[in-house]
Amino acid sequence: MEQVKSFYETPSPAGLTGIKAWLLTHDHKRLALMYLWAVFFWLVLAVFLGMALRLELMFIGETIMGPEVYNSFFTLHGVIMIFLFVIPAIPAIFGNFFLPIQIGADDVFFPRLNLFSWYLYMIGGLVAVISLFTGDGFADTGWTFYVPFSVSTETNVSLTVTAAFILGMSSLLTGLNFVTTIHRMRGKGMGWLQIPLFTWSLYATAWVQILATPVISITLVLVVIERFLNIGLFDPARGGDPLLYQHLFWMYSHPAVYIMILPAMGIISEIIPVFSRKAIFGYKGIIISSMAIAVAGSLVWAHHMYTSGMSDVSVFVFSLLTFLVAIPTAVKVFSWISTMYKGSILMTPPLLMALIFIYLFSVGGLTGLVLGAAGTDIHVHDTTFVVAHFHFVMFGGTGFAFFAGLHYWWPKMFGLMYNFKRAYISAVLAAIGFIFHYIPMFILGLQGMPRRYFDYLPQFETGNFLAGFGGILMVAGILLMFINLWVSFRVRETATADPWGGTTLEWSVPSPPPLHNFVNEPEVLEYPYDFSGVLARAAKDKG
Amino acid sequence: MSEHESEHILSYGFLAQILGGLVVLTGVTVGVSYIDWGFLNVPIALFVASSKATLVLLFFMHIKFEGMVIKVSFISTMLFLAIMISFTFWDVAFR
Repeated sequence: MEQVKSFYETPSPAGLTGIKAWLLTHDHKRLALMYLWAVFFWLVLAVFLGMALRLELMFIGETIMGPEVYNSFFTLHGVIMIFLFVIPAIPAIFGNFFLPIQIGADDVFFPRLNLFSWYLYMIGGLVAVISLFTGDGFADTGWTFYVPFSVSTETNVSLTVTAAFILGMSSLLTGLNFVTTIHRMRGKGMGWLQIPLFTWSLYATAWVQILATPVISITLVLVVIERFLNIGLFDPARGGDPLLYQHLFWMYSHPAVYIMILPAMGIISEIIPVFSRKAIFGYKGIIISSMAIAVAGSLVWAHHMYTSGMSDVSVFVFSLLTFLVAIPTAVKVFSWISTMYKGSILMTPPLLMALIFIYLFSVGGLTGLVLGAAGTDIHVHDTTFVVAHFHFVMFGGTGFAFFAGLHYWWPKMFGLMYNFKRAYISAVLAAIGFIFHYIPMFILGLQGMPRRYFDYLPQFETGNFLAGFGGILMVAGILLMFINLWVSFRVRETATADPWGGTTLEWSVPSPPPLHNFVNEPEVLEYPYDFSGVLARAAKDKG
Repeated sequence: MSEHESEHILSYGFLAQILGGLVVLTGVTVGVSYIDWGFLNVPIALFVASSKATLVLLFFMHIKFEGMVIKVSFISTMLFLAIMISFTFWDVAFR
């Protein structure tokens, strides 16, 4: 491939140098990297908080923190992980970097709005930090901010929800940018059925971001109004309804789970065919299932409220609807497995992490059925079973997909390759630690240990000790993974433009890509996962 | 992509007619509030308000002259709003 200057050497707008070339950039790739470093910071902080919580719970009684600090820590862990890591990570980093390239565009439709979204993200994070050190301390409500406690607590709930409000706006504007980009900026020959599945997943996600985020924004504003003006919106004594808050909160926050998981599924849909050297099974099926998850996932919010006292009819209807979401989700999992069947499997770190994703996500999904069925949910509601389920889906799922994406696209983003052996060891260590960490929580939950409790009865000690031990292994694996990627900057083993043999457009441009992404007019394949060219090249190289 | 979109300038006269329609409907809102329609009080008020909102959207906000993508986006937004409101009645109406 001809030598061209990468986007690192070409600021946009032209003429900017040094830090200004980053802080005022319009280039989607630079913004993606700015998100990467910010997200990385928050992830490390939230992992540290989570680890501190598990260390406290490893032994019965107070060990490293008191109950008030524990309450603030799990709230902060949740708020950071949800609003600053899981929701923005994949769309803001990989979406920003690869969506325009995958559709043959030179940038997103609104580059300045993209920069503004990054600033909103940073301001939201900053407000969350300020809320730590002002007023009467960080919120102790959990990330759900349930009334009436969030209205009556003395802690700094107003500023914390303001942070969430600002972060929501950042997420919404990114979604708006992506929808517009996909509609308006697809390259020549890029019809809807030529779009890669990662971009399709971002499209489905973006719609959920646009439609659902305003609901949480308004709801959080209502909490602030209630705290300052005491109107009685959620107070039954004055005609209000505390369940109204829960409805409004979950109208966003359940679809938000799909904002978190759909892009992760998009990454897996990219990785599996590339390393199976085989066209993805059910391309259209996966697209339809993405859109179906986006729609059906928006209709099931009240399954978080079975024990809240809402009507039995509502419990029945939302339980039924919840089970419908399992169908498109299963379509995806079966399609990935079918793609691998009789494929020419090439084991690499991204594929290993994708396989870990499929396993952990499937366990998370299936335990979700226990929670979706009202009868069993009542038994395990608000126990550590829910915590384990949620982390299997969000961390075993989205987290490992994020790691897989990071290892899959790292050579493209930085033009550097990492050490495979360390990547394998770190992934296996993180996965084993993960299983030791969360499986005991399923058992503890079934035995009746409540979530968000600072201390517990003696019979829960073994399980909590094991969970803490698993947590240490998992964090060690994640740290090794990040160190390995960091070392690639020092070793500087150059990556080729297409180290994996991919078929989507990002593999047709140099690593790292030039400012306007494409040196020549991109050649769009009739079918985005047609490996005949890749296999022919491999056969030719072989001799 | 947006074959159907074109610049559309509406005359002052036409916009004044729409404004007139809105003023009349405001009068209707006030008028019907003096009559007790029983159960229909709220549905009638909502119907008049929705009619006014429709006029604003179609003509002042030019939805009538937009392409299919914008129309579908808008309708899906309204649909989701309707779902979110109506589905809460599975709870509220059966408590």
